[in-house]
Amino acid sequence: MATETIEILDKNGIDRALTRIAHEILEKNKGIDDLVVIGIRTGGAYLAAGLHEKLVDIERQDVPLGMIDVTMYRDDIASRSDLQVGQTDIRFPVSGKKIILVDDVLFTGRTIRAAMEAVMDLGRPQTIQLAILIDRGHRELPIRPDYIGRNLPTARNEQIKVNFDERNNPQAVLLLRS
Amino acid sequence: MSFNPKHVLGIKELSQEEITFILDTAGSFKEINTRDIKKVPTLRGKTIVNLFFEASTRTRTSFEIAGKRLSADTVNISASSSSVVKGETLEDTAQNIEAMHPDIIVMRHSASGACHYLAERLRCSVVNAGDGTHEHPSQALLDAFTIRQHKGEINGLTVAIIGDITHSRVVRSNIYCLSKLGANVRVAGPGTMLPPGLEKMGCTIFKNIEDAISGADCVMMLRIQRERQGASLIPSVREYARFFGLNEQKLKLAKEDAIVMHPGPINRGVELASAVADGAQNVILDQVENGVAVRMALLYLVAGGDKLQQN
Amino acid sequence: MKILVKSGRVVDPKNAIDEKLDVLIVDGKIAEVASNIDAGDAEIINAAGLLVTPGLIDMHVHLRDPGLEYKEDIITGTKAAAAGGVTSVACMPNTKPVIDNLAVVRYVIAKAREQGSANVFPIASVTQGMKGDLLSEMGELKEGGCVGFSDDGLPVKDGEMMRRALEYANTFDAPIFSHAEDLSLVAGGAMNEGPVSTELGLKGIPWVAEDAATARDIMLAEFTAARLHVCHVSTRGSVELVRQAKARGVRVTCEATPHHFTLTDEAVRGYDTNAKMNPPLRSQQDVDAVREGLKDGTIDAIATDHAPHHHDEKNVEFAIALNGIIGLETLLPLTLKLVGEKVLTLSQAVALMTCNPAAILGIDRGSLAVGCVADMTLINPNREWTVEASELQSKSKNSPWIGTTMKGCAVRTLLAGKTVFERS
Repeated sequence: MATETIEILDKNGIDRALTRIAHEILEKNKGIDDLVVIGIRTGGAYLAAGLHEKLVDIERQDVPLGMIDVTMYRDDIASRSDLQVGQTDIRFPVSGKKIILVDDVLFTGRTIRAAMEAVMDLGRPQTIQLAILIDRGHRELPIRPDYIGRNLPTARNEQIKVNFDERNNPQAVLLLRS
Repeated sequence: MSFNPKHVLGIKELSQEEITFILDTAGSFKEINTRDIKKVPTLRGKTIVNLFFEASTRTRTSFEIAGKRLSADTVNISASSSSVVKGETLEDTAQNIEAMHPDIIVMRHSASGACHYLAERLRCSVVNAGDGTHEHPSQALLDAFTIRQHKGEINGLTVAIIGDITHSRVVRSNIYCLSKLGANVRVAGPGTMLPPGLEKMGCTIFKNIEDAISGADCVMMLRIQRERQGASLIPSVREYARFFGLNEQKLKLAKEDAIVMHPGPINRGVELASAVADGAQNVILDQVENGVAVRMALLYLVAGGDKLQQN
Repeated sequence: MKILVKSGRVVDPKNAIDEKLDVLIVDGKIAEVASNIDAGDAEIINAAGLLVTPGLIDMHVHLRDPGLEYKEDIITGTKAAAAGGVTSVACMPNTKPVIDNLAVVRYVIAKAREQGSANVFPIASVTQGMKGDLLSEMGELKEGGCVGFSDDGLPVKDGEMMRRALEYANTFDAPIFSHAEDLSLVAGGAMNEGPVSTELGLKGIPWVAEDAATARDIMLAEFTAARLHVCHVSTRGSVELVRQAKARGVRVTCEATPHHFTLTDEAVRGYDTNAKMNPPLRSQQDVDAVREGLKDGTIDAIATDHAPHHHDEKNVEFAIALNGIIGLETLLPLTLKLVGEKVLTLSQAVALMTCNPAAILGIDRGSLAVGCVADMTLINPNREWTVEASELQSKSKNSPWIGTTMKGCAVRTLLAGKTVFERS
């Protein structure tokens, strides 16, 4: 079957989207106090690092950065063939913090549900806000993002792929249609 | 790669990749044990029965905690031999438990092969928590995990295992596990406790502890059962301690940074001199801690994935 | 009553016959063996393409009757014999009660005669109740039809007792059947001691347990000049001990089982309790030695040690499963396999199952000479069949060969001229 690939965002497009999201976060939260950035492994964690860099650049002040693996919180353990579990790396308290949860693609919302539960198992955050690079629709849970790089209505059988280079910097967002 | 076995009965059946995958998975689970809320919902709704036909505090507790931290419902059954006295066979007991629809039975039994027996007859998964003098896979995996934690890599290390080799399931699983991971495994013990053909399993045999631990990166001491004393295997615990116990002097023969391990519970002053038991080189408590993470990984991998295709 | 078995290949080692001949049976006895017999009104059995041998003799079986009929009884056990081409069995005394008195001997013989499908020759116990302390009444037991004495699975431990047993049995020219095993060296073992037992974590039974006991019994036989029959030799050492003893002129004979010349202790992997028996399955070296012993005549007979056990006694943890397997119905194909593998000639194989055991037991069977009782087995050596539990005649199904395809089987078994088994 022939696969059609359409580039939705290039490297610069992604960078501009992250810059905009960084400003929106700071605007909405009136600065950087109590913010922490947590990326969902693996794509979200890479983007979180980029977003974190921009926040620090703008505010000239560090914010904690962590990553979370949601495998243990997923609801489909019985049907998956790949059981690989990644490591959660959050070396700071989350209680009372404003969590910026970062992921690359928002689809059914199930990953975000799992991530919220995972974060809340670590403490009681003040808020959890969701930053997403691509929102492709097809939500199965009442979850909506607070910050969106690009809204992209898709068909269910299409795929969204975010490419990263060897240093985990985002290179492109691709739509795969078969 | 991924790995979702129906049962975990022994290390013998596992490949090097599968062992590494289990250890990596355990590495991810280990973090949970240091949290304030030591629980993830991974196995919510799963029922795990710890079916122990032999007394065991440590292994049973470790499996129980592992199950609970994964949110499974764990039930402990100490079957001892009372059912057998009533005329109930192992199959009867197991079928009665299976009628309650557990997802996993974690079993400890005094008969070698008892877990294979159960696995062949039941629909649910079986995890071997020690069968007779055959295998004790979770112990070997936590040992490997602990060695990896301290030494970075297992490939190329020299590991000496000292004690009653004949009656040890820990040794058998460890020989398979460590040799598959590339370690040189040495064993030593009195002649009455060295079974024939052991070298075929992947180890070198030594007659005395000194030669076995010379230059070793890791010294694993086995518990000596006091019941063996006088049963024509060893004349006395005192003599055993003198020739096969590990004291500070003998430990100097190993590498300077060698670690000392023991599956527990230790016989202080017998296989381990007090100074060694309390010394900086021993990692026995790390073994216990890692045991929970390794068992979480095993339960997770056995419970996860689509097992229907494997039946 | 005349029966003519036509055109079969008659293999009768006792009389050095191996050629295509007809056999005429009149009133249950062999009347003539010749080519192209014209017997007018005789019932004709066409044996073209078949082997015709004296009825096979299995000198070591457990019929479990009286007392353990839930495993096997004389009716089912002899049916299994007939289905395996076996017309005579010698049965071991470990029944309940033990075959150590005339009443039990008479019961066994009478039940076999009235309801059985094979001749049953009891072996009585060496000591009363097989307890190892008082000699059985061997004279009377021999007179009552016993063909030898054995304490089988509970070998006579005491050297003095074994000496006296040999001496006393010799008075009546009866052999002592020794299950040669030093139980103190067995010490609760469950399989052969070696690399496989080490791997499986099962307590081993070392070969020296058999060799040491065999050596003692042979020396006692030599000392007393009495007859000793060593049961189921399974080790390289015990075969060699018998070989040397025979060379010295000791009155010793021995038997081997199909499982000991076919399987090694590798069969125990997976904890298959149908690979648990005593003596245990040994190493490949031992199997090779047993085969060599069969080939060079050191081993006199093939016997199955047919040991039926109920499913519940085998469907348990390996360490507590009972020892033994059934063997009557697989004796023939496993022995013929040795012929196929050129270990034995056909004539040797038949001798090991007919005239040789007959001579040890002192029974007038195992021969197709004129005047002999017409116990006869018609064998299709090429027919392939699969061992199915449901097809076995034995009450117990504890065989490691369930599901295995075998080559060769008895197609018709005659007991004193009467067909007791026929395979369609």
